[in-house]
Amino acid sequence: MLEVSGLTMRFGGLKAVDGLSFAARAGEITAVIGPNGAGKTTVFNCITGFYRPTEGSIVLTHPSGERFPLQRMPGHRIASAAKVARTFQNIRLFAGMTVLENLLVAQHNRLMASTGFGVLAVLGLSRYPAAERAAVDKARHWLDAIGLTERADDPAGALPYGAQRRLEIARAMCIDPVLLCLDEPAAGLNPRESEELNQLLLKIRGEGCSLLLIEHDMGVVMKISDHIVVLDHGKKISDGTPQDVRADPAVIAAYLGEGEEDEEVEVQA
Amino acid sequence: MAYALQQLINGVTLGMIYGLIAVGYTMVYGIIGMINFAHGDIFMVGAFLSLIALLGLSILGITSVPLALALTLVFAAGLAALYGWTVERVAYRPLRGSFRLAPLISAIGMSITLQNFVQVSQGARVKPIDAVIPGGFQVMQQDGFTVQLSWMQIAIVVTTLIVLGIFTWLVTRTPLGRSMRACEQDLKMASLLGIDTDRTISLTFVIGAALAAVAGLMFLLYYGVIDFYIGFIAGVKAFTAAVLGGIGSLPGAVLGGLLIGLIEVFWSAYFSVEYKDVAAFSILAIALIFLPTGILGRAEVEKV
Repeated sequence: MLEVSGLTMRFGGLKAVDGLSFAARAGEITAVIGPNGAGKTTVFNCITGFYRPTEGSIVLTHPSGERFPLQRMPGHRIASAAKVARTFQNIRLFAGMTVLENLLVAQHNRLMASTGFGVLAVLGLSRYPAAERAAVDKARHWLDAIGLTERADDPAGALPYGAQRRLEIARAMCIDPVLLCLDEPAAGLNPRESEELNQLLLKIRGEGCSLLLIEHDMGVVMKISDHIVVLDHGKKISDGTPQDVRADPAVIAAYLGEGEEDEEVEVQA
Repeated sequence: MAYALQQLINGVTLGMIYGLIAVGYTMVYGIIGMINFAHGDIFMVGAFLSLIALLGLSILGITSVPLALALTLVFAAGLAALYGWTVERVAYRPLRGSFRLAPLISAIGMSITLQNFVQVSQGARVKPIDAVIPGGFQVMQQDGFTVQLSWMQIAIVVTTLIVLGIFTWLVTRTPLGRSMRACEQDLKMASLLGIDTDRTISLTFVIGAALAAVAGLMFLLYYGVIDFYIGFIAGVKAFTAAVLGGIGSLPGAVLGGLLIGLIEVFWSAYFSVEYKDVAAFSILAIALIFLPTGILGRAEVEKV
């Protein structure tokens, strides 16, 4: 599905990511975890075209067998052709647009094509009404899934925090992604919202979309991930199922310090 | 009273022209945060294209005024749009991602280039044109003063309102407008959702240039003379209008344009014609001091 190999990202003299290789399998939730500054968000930024990696390759293979070398594609093509969507640690909704509009913007390319790139819309000749209805239907589907149907016409910026997070995920889903990258989706959520989020992510996986997840909330990670990659100082220190990773001494050392005596304590824990 | 009413009519007409140009400034600023100083010169090019089209059509023997004006409008807006697209492609896109002042300097360069291009190719002398829509009617008469409303003024106001109506519909109701607003709010995020931001920016320049060309045609019809230098003053005034209305806000641009037009006309009528530009620009200074976000502008929220 997604294959990252030898990924290195250098900022000046600092190696934020250092020769990282891992794979995310189709139809699974893969979590990327690690202490602060381990390079998790940098990896996301390379996958979604924010950064050009210094070295290495990121190849996404669609279920159809088509392959996309993400490290060489322009940002908007990563979303429109390779179908990779992402959300951010700090919410980046279009706050001045309505909830529904946020979901329609993500379906822009299909809608633009149906209006002959705006030209035919001006002349009033197009399949636009049908395409718009389809787009609104899809938006409704996701609004139902995140429980925001009644707020469709409110400005996105006026929603409560937890709802904004869910909306951001719904918006990402509106580009019909094969891979959805979530950067700390549970940050700042209360336990109930966090549980709703788990259900939403499992529903997304159920619809055939693979997920890549950065998360600090181990409750979320351990409960829903199929596969976990652990980073520390830009390198992979562990990779496996939640049970494997939880038991890996290297992981425990990275999280709770690397001193000798610490390690003993943690192995017991 | 009658005198003031006359000035109101004149001011609204002029304000509409400024408003049309200001929309181009405000759209480009909204989407890439840059003041497109070449925009006033696109307006000037639009006026020249209109002049060429009107003369060409009269040579071709098209005497029906509405038909001639409609064809001129399409011709000037279409070609000016091409100018706008080219300017963005040549002078701004290569500098995107460079330091903030680079495109601004490039814009000033483009402005000088366009002025000189028109000066060399069309000559430096002012170009007069006969009134295309002569006549008008008397609105009222009072104390020996006649209030005139010319057909030209009606045509300008009506055309501007129609063009602005189409434009508003485009921005608020179509996927193109939705993607433009998305780019305006968060360019990077729009790109992550698969919107081709470069193309959206190009289209913004194209639409802005077409509106400027419509303003150019109106200016030509209203004043009857143009030269290669009109873009500068009109451009700076439209920019003032955009700032006054709240840069980045589309209704603000039109409102600002109307205010600047009214201020200029009333100042000329009651104080002195020589200082009308001083009045307009004093407003800019005052607006920047007391109302930095403009009348309809929203406060800039720094993203952390």
